[in-house]
Amino acid sequence: MRSNVTEYELTAPRSLDAVLQILADSPDRYTPIAGGTELMVALGAGRLQPKKLISLWNLKELRFIEVTPDAVIIGAATTFTDIRKHPIVTAEFSILAQAASWTGSIANQNRGTLGGNIVNASPAADSPPVLLAYDAAVTLVSTRGIRTIPYRDFHISYKRTDLAQDELLHSITLSRNMHGYTTYVRKVGTRNAQAISKVAVAIVASSNHGVIESIRIGAASLRETPARLVATEQSLLKQKITPATIAKARAAILSETIPIDDIRSTAKYRSVVAANLIEEFLQTL
Amino acid sequence: MTNRPQTVGSSPIRKEGRDKVLGRAQYIDDITLPGMWFGATVRSSIPRGRITSISFDPAIPWHEYTIVSAADIPGENTIVHLTKDHPCLAVTHVNHCQEPILLLAHPNRAVLPAAVAAVHITYEELPAIFTIEDSEKKEQIIWGEGENANTFKTYLMQKDQKPIPDEVWQTADYIVEGEYRTGAQEQLYIENNGVIAEYDPEKGVTVRGSMQCPFYLVHALELVFNLPAEKCRVIQTETGGAFGGKEDFPSVIGSHAALLAMKSAHPVKLCYDRAEDMAATTKRHPSRTRHRTAVSKDGKLLAGEIDFAIDGGAYATLSPVVLSRGTIHAPGPYHWPHLTVRAKAMATNIPPHGAFRGFGAPQSIFALERHMDKIAKVVGLTPEELRRRNFLGTGYRTATGQLLKDPVDMQHLLTRALEESNYHAKRKQFDAENPISTIKRGIGFATFFHGAGFTGSGERRLNSLVEIELTAEGRPRILVSSTEFGQGTNTILCQIAADALNLPYEEVLIAQPDTTLVPNSGPTVASRTAMVVGKLVERAAESLLASLAPFLPPLLNRARSRAAQYTRTQFCHAALKYLAQHGSLKTEARYQSPGDIFWDDNTYSGEAYPAYAWAVYVAEVVVDTTTYSAQVTNFYALQEVGKVLHPILAAGQIEGGVAQGIGYALYEKCLWRNGHLANNQMTNYIMPTSADLPSIHVSFEEVPSPHGAYGAKGIGELPMDGPAPAILNAIEHATGLAFNEIPLLPEDIFERMTRIPTSSTEDLDPIIDRDTQVETSEVSA
Repeated sequence: MRSNVTEYELTAPRSLDAVLQILADSPDRYTPIAGGTELMVALGAGRLQPKKLISLWNLKELRFIEVTPDAVIIGAATTFTDIRKHPIVTAEFSILAQAASWTGSIANQNRGTLGGNIVNASPAADSPPVLLAYDAAVTLVSTRGIRTIPYRDFHISYKRTDLAQDELLHSITLSRNMHGYTTYVRKVGTRNAQAISKVAVAIVASSNHGVIESIRIGAASLRETPARLVATEQSLLKQKITPATIAKARAAILSETIPIDDIRSTAKYRSVVAANLIEEFLQTL
Repeated sequence: MTNRPQTVGSSPIRKEGRDKVLGRAQYIDDITLPGMWFGATVRSSIPRGRITSISFDPAIPWHEYTIVSAADIPGENTIVHLTKDHPCLAVTHVNHCQEPILLLAHPNRAVLPAAVAAVHITYEELPAIFTIEDSEKKEQIIWGEGENANTFKTYLMQKDQKPIPDEVWQTADYIVEGEYRTGAQEQLYIENNGVIAEYDPEKGVTVRGSMQCPFYLVHALELVFNLPAEKCRVIQTETGGAFGGKEDFPSVIGSHAALLAMKSAHPVKLCYDRAEDMAATTKRHPSRTRHRTAVSKDGKLLAGEIDFAIDGGAYATLSPVVLSRGTIHAPGPYHWPHLTVRAKAMATNIPPHGAFRGFGAPQSIFALERHMDKIAKVVGLTPEELRRRNFLGTGYRTATGQLLKDPVDMQHLLTRALEESNYHAKRKQFDAENPISTIKRGIGFATFFHGAGFTGSGERRLNSLVEIELTAEGRPRILVSSTEFGQGTNTILCQIAADALNLPYEEVLIAQPDTTLVPNSGPTVASRTAMVVGKLVERAAESLLASLAPFLPPLLNRARSRAAQYTRTQFCHAALKYLAQHGSLKTEARYQSPGDIFWDDNTYSGEAYPAYAWAVYVAEVVVDTTTYSAQVTNFYALQEVGKVLHPILAAGQIEGGVAQGIGYALYEKCLWRNGHLANNQMTNYIMPTSADLPSIHVSFEEVPSPHGAYGAKGIGELPMDGPAPAILNAIEHATGLAFNEIPLLPEDIFERMTRIPTSSTEDLDPIIDRDTQVETSEVSA
């Protein structure tokens, strides 16, 4: 432990309203902490800058999975284990359950939350590519009210999001209209478990007689934020899968990804493997 | 009357297993002494330079702290191993990143990281070198002078002490050359290095902690404190893994904590966290091996030249001995009519490399076993057939001239391993399937040996001593300095004593190593404990029984008989009667070199080891051409290790070693950035998890050795040697690509498969981590 914990302050209000009130009223900036799987690592390593933390752990207003006829709504403080165990999620949004199963260790999955994974805003995070491919919506809440935006608009730049200082991520909404779609997800990590991805791709697509009618591609570690690969999607829409289409798609991938060399891999490896993954999916259509 | 079944060869529960499982085992960081303070280390932030100033940030209340510098050392400022080049604390110059300069102690552990960061040290930087090649250039001399400049040690090992005749090269059908490289590897024991030290002006120094070799630390303390050995007491506490990483390093951390204890007049606990342990302590030596081999067209090895170089880091530490083991294992289990091995350990400005399971052998064996597959390809033989034509066997002489008197049958081992792994059928199947699949499968193997015990005359010099005493309750207790660190020392030594004394395993006790109570049975290293120390335990037990003989029922007065028939109660009565008459009983056994073991350090020839373990390892891999990643999917480990004392522990040793070998081959890469280990966290130093490991099928051939207890030979290091070359041989089978450097990462396979000529994973910029925002490695500096 390289931090002096006596220098930190943790407050744990009993309700969401109380949390929002503190965020709205306090002149000091509070950092929300849910499962702590990100912040506690930073604390242990002596590099957790924020000294005031506000706990969201086990707030029942944020930990839920609600199923309506049209949607599945997942509270931001729902853990990866909750997601993996939920019958409707595993049946209708299987690649989200799969991505949850790849996140950290079992212990991490018991504490780590879907909302934390999103607001931490790592470009390498496991669930964002899947949420982008499902075209999820995110609901943000503050004392000023509630707003819902498409998740694809949430990440602004490296580790910056659309969340205001007094705002919390409340929930993630997935539309139950996946019938007839084909899905694909693959994470290429540094190892098979407890790994951060070098590159990951999630795809939701539909085709008719070999022609792609719709396709959404979410990706990790290819840009400074989790990213939808819109140019690649456009290159494939209304196309038949031929070697020429695949070549065009590969070119589009290279045009819209800006991977980097880092401690886990190289930029070249990332973009080529991303193209290979998308091609692997296309070959199955 | 009982005729007790032997416990040797069965698998009783570990002596300390129950405490470990129930969480009762006390590791060093679980222990608190009254009035105890905590220590921390101020380290260099540059790889090489002169210290120009040290200042203390006035924001810290320094009067609360104890601050130790080299000036506080009462004896010599050195960590002694084989030479005295390694300072305990840097004074004027630093030679690697993370080199200890000052030590701090404070009653509150939580305030130490900020205090360490508040010591500001400035340097005049000097050019640093980080590779064997840079060291060889000698443009920068960072160690030694003249012929020894940048060179810790060299060896010349020649078959029959003769150079290779020129005509062998001129007339050979083929000359096959190759260069092979291996990387550094972190031991990654679960428990980091840690100690608690106490100092008493009268009694001297006491250090307890996590370690392999308590008497090594005694020796280090004698010099640092200028005290006699009896005033340097060392106690090993429960140790959570070591793998060699706690062989030489406890001399450093133990000396540091003891200096803080002396100056603060408090017991001081010094325990590293993972990031500090990974950045600052020893790793496996990186290596480069060049082979030049003359071969006949029928696949006979005619002559070999092997240039073996290892990177020792900034100080010599154990590099000469690591180099020695690597040199002696470089020729492998093959017959060489002519052979020359030139070996050297070079200095670089990397934290000193040290002991790690295998100790030089995994490096040179990787090179040889990759090279054997290359030779096979050149000559047009299968890897199997090439090896069969060159194996050593009973009655042959090794490259050091050692006559193999004990039975050796590599031909049979290879046949059995290939059968058990279904090698031939799989090879055919993969050859047929690979051309039409994006998943390429391969199978490969390595054949190798590993010497048990200290190299050459080492055991004679160690002169190990083992004792067994009777407790007041009349139970036998083993006294050794051989330590338990997860591998099973306590258990197997008690099994041996139990059988020698004809007692149940549960009846035998073993003392926690405390250098004031136990004799020096040598360091717990070099696959020597089962064979060498085990034999001494057996002899000491026999001697104990001889002393008790007059008190045992007369009919059963045959002390040396394993089938001696008396009950546990009768033994106990005899023991108590003896104690009533004599007060105490302690018997001993000292190492006696077998008469036919002779080693000449000058010519590097003779009996290198009393016994060898022999093995054939077979690896199956898949290489996914979508992601360029290789994974081991099945593994067969067959070895001849003499009598297996404890089958479950032995299989565990093999499985663990294979897992560590898989990490060495395909995952674990030390990313150095200007001499700093950039990935000093378990999240980015990629050790394989259980999800990355295959089924590991372990089998033993048991050919009892005359040298070890009940026929046991060494087993600890062997499984580290074979996996890496077997895996890369399998990858060559799968892909047709010959990779000759480990670790082999997907990025390396990608580069070769996509043939972009100017790049490699060297392009990785380890400073950047966009996920966890670890922009720099921040190790208590």
